[in-house]
Amino acid sequence: MSDLVQLLTPEGVRVADDTYDPWVADVDADPAALRALYRDLVLVRRFDTEAVALQRQGELGLWASLLGQEGAQVGAGRAMAPHDHAFPTYREHGVAWCRGVDPLQVLGLFRGVTLGGWDPSQHGLHLYTIVIGSQALHATGYAMGVQRDGAVGTGDPDRDAAVLAFFGDGATSQGDVNEAFIWAGVTNAPVVFFCQNNQWAISEPLERQTRIPLYRRAHGFGFPGVRVDGNDVLACLAVTRAALARARDGSGPMLVEAFTYRMGAHTTSDDPTRYRVEAELEQWRLKDPVERVKAHLLRGGHADPLFLAELDAEAEVLAERVRTGCRRLPEPDPAAVFEHVYEALDPDLREQRDEIARLAALVDDEVPA
Amino acid sequence: MSAASVRDGEPTRELTLSRAINAGLRRALESDPHVMLMGEDIGRLGGVFRVTDGLAKDFGEDRVMDTPLAESGILGTAVGLALRGYRPVCEIQFDGFVYPAFDQIVTQVAKLRFRSEGACAMPIVVRIPYGGGIGAVEHHSESPESYFVHTPGLRVVTPSNPEDAYWMVQQAIACDDPVVLLEPKRRYWDKGLVHTAGAQAPHPLFAGRLVRDGSDAVLVGYGPTVRTCLDAADAADEDGRRLAVVDLRSLSPLDWPLLVQTARRIGRVVVVHEAHRTLGVGAEVAARITEECFYALEAPVLRVAGYDTPYPPSRMEELWLPDVDRVLDAVDDVLAW
Repeated sequence: MSDLVQLLTPEGVRVADDTYDPWVADVDADPAALRALYRDLVLVRRFDTEAVALQRQGELGLWASLLGQEGAQVGAGRAMAPHDHAFPTYREHGVAWCRGVDPLQVLGLFRGVTLGGWDPSQHGLHLYTIVIGSQALHATGYAMGVQRDGAVGTGDPDRDAAVLAFFGDGATSQGDVNEAFIWAGVTNAPVVFFCQNNQWAISEPLERQTRIPLYRRAHGFGFPGVRVDGNDVLACLAVTRAALARARDGSGPMLVEAFTYRMGAHTTSDDPTRYRVEAELEQWRLKDPVERVKAHLLRGGHADPLFLAELDAEAEVLAERVRTGCRRLPEPDPAAVFEHVYEALDPDLREQRDEIARLAALVDDEVPA
Repeated sequence: MSAASVRDGEPTRELTLSRAINAGLRRALESDPHVMLMGEDIGRLGGVFRVTDGLAKDFGEDRVMDTPLAESGILGTAVGLALRGYRPVCEIQFDGFVYPAFDQIVTQVAKLRFRSEGACAMPIVVRIPYGGGIGAVEHHSESPESYFVHTPGLRVVTPSNPEDAYWMVQQAIACDDPVVLLEPKRRYWDKGLVHTAGAQAPHPLFAGRLVRDGSDAVLVGYGPTVRTCLDAADAADEDGRRLAVVDLRSLSPLDWPLLVQTARRIGRVVVVHEAHRTLGVGAEVAARITEECFYALEAPVLRVAGYDTPYPPSRMEELWLPDVDRVLDAVDDVLAW
C-alpha cells in the first residue's frame, strides 16, 4: 500500500519518511521517549485485557475492547497538547489513558455506575459518545469556539489549540460525520478527524461503508486526508502531530485514516466467528502494534531485560488495581440521579427523587446487615 | 397608537411578535459576548420571517452565522460551542425541519448535563417557528412540542404575545439548561406594547399566567391558541358566561400550582392546542388535574386539539385547527355536565 505512512515496519525496522521524520525527531533522539510510548501500549493493553475478564466475571455489563488499536490511540493521544481537546467514541481507552483519565473512571460507564465518569474540561477529553458519529459535530463546534476565542494561528504554542475527533470506519457513513466534514471545511475549523478504520463495524466489513479509501473522501470536502499505518504508534504520533499543528496554525481541518484492525469482538456481546475468518486475524497478528515497538527497542539496544521486567511488574500492579478497584466503584446514588437533569431540581423531580429514596431505603432495610 | 409610549413609568414600544424577538435577541447579543445565533438564512437575509433582521450586519458573521443547510449540524456544532463556553441560539427554519436535528437535541443536548453529573451545561436555545394557520405548504405548520416536553433535560417555552416574546427569548438564552423556544408563527405579525427598556423580565420564564379571570370555566392555551381562547372568552361573555384563560407559557415544566389552583377554584377546564390530541400537552394537563383536583371538578377536563392526522393541506387548515367555535362547543360540554 504505497499511500500508507509507516515509520516502523511490523518487524520493528525504522523506515525513513521525509515528510514525517521531523515530527518524531524527539522520539528518534531519545530512547526514553520511545520506551514511554511502549509503556503506554503495554499498560493500555493490560488494562483492556483485565476489563474483558471483568466483563466475563459479571463485573462489567459490557466492554468494547481496543485490542489491536493501541498504536493508533496512543500515537494520536500522545500527539495532543495539554490544552487540545478530544472527542472519543466508546473505545478510546488508549486516548483516555494518554489524557490522564484513570482506568477506573473509564470502567464506570461499562459497569453501570455512571453515564460519564470524568470531568471533560479537566482532561481535555469529552465523555465517551455511544451514538455513532455524533461527536464529530461536537468536535467541530468546539473547534469553532476555539476560533472565536482567537486561539488559532497566533503562533503562541500555549494559546493555539486544536480539536481531535475520533470515530471508526462505520461512522463515516453517518450523516453527522459528513455534516461535520462540511462544517469544518466551510469554517476552516481547527479540527482533526481521526478515523480508526479497524475494518469492521460490528459484522459489516469496510466494503459496506465505502467505495473508495476513506482518507480520499476528505478531498471532496475540501481538506487533505492521509492514511497512516494504525498499528504503527510512531507513524500515528507523527501524522497526528503534523495534522494538529496544521489545525492550530489556522490551516484548517484534516482527515487521518488510521488503517488498523479490531482484533477482538466489537464488544463482549459480539461473536465475530459468525462473520469473519481466523486467517484474517492471523495476518493482522503479524502486524501487532505492541510487538513491533518492542522489536525496535531491542534491535536498537534501547531496552534491557530489567526495563521489560519492571514494566511487566507495573502492568501487574495496574491489573490488580483495576480488578479490585472495579468491584469497589461506588454504586449510583438513586437520589443523586435526579440532581443533574436540570440546573436546579424542580418540584416534580424533587417529589420523584423522594419517592425513589423511600423505595431505596425499603430495599436497604430488607437486606440483612 | 404611537410607536412609543410610557407605561408604568418605563418606555414601551409597540412591536410585532417577530420584531419583539428581534429586539430580545439584539439585547442578548449586546449583553453577553458569548451569545451567538446560528441558522439557515438568518444572516444576510435576516431569516425567512425576518426575525434576525439586521443582526448579522451589527454583530458580524461570527456571532450571527449563516450555517450550511443541515439541521443536525446546527445542533451538533452548537453542542461543541456550548462546551467551549458559548451560548448558541439555533434557529430551525420551520417546525417540520427540526427532525434531522432531533437526534442531537434528544440524545446529546438534553442528556449531557445528566451524563456528566453537572460538569457539562448545555445553555442552548432552539428557536422554532411552529404551528399552522398561514397557508403554508407541507412540513411548515406542525406543532412538535410533545416530543420535546417528553424529553427530560429540555425546557420548552412558548410566548403568545410580543411582550412575552421579547423577555422569554432573553430568559431562555440566560438559562443554563437547553430551552426549546416555540414561536407561534401565525402570531408573528400580532402587535403589542413591549417594555424594551425594562431592567428585568416581568414574569419568571417557567411560569404560566392567568391572563383573564372568570368563574364558569377556564380555557388553558399556549402560543397561538391563547389568542383563540381570549376570542372565545369574549364571545362567551356576550352569552353571560365568564371564562378564565390561562396562558401556559412554559410547557416544560408546566406550572402545576397555577393549573391546580385554577382548576380547583373554577371546576371546569378546557385545554386548547394545535398539536394532535393523542398524548399532547392537554393529555398531561387533564391527567394531572384529575389526579390532584378530582373532587373539585364539575366536569371531565376536555381537550380541543388538532386532529390525529398529519397536518392537512392548507386549504382545509382552518377546519382542522382549533377555533373559537370548537372551543365554545367544548365549553358547552363542560357546562352541561
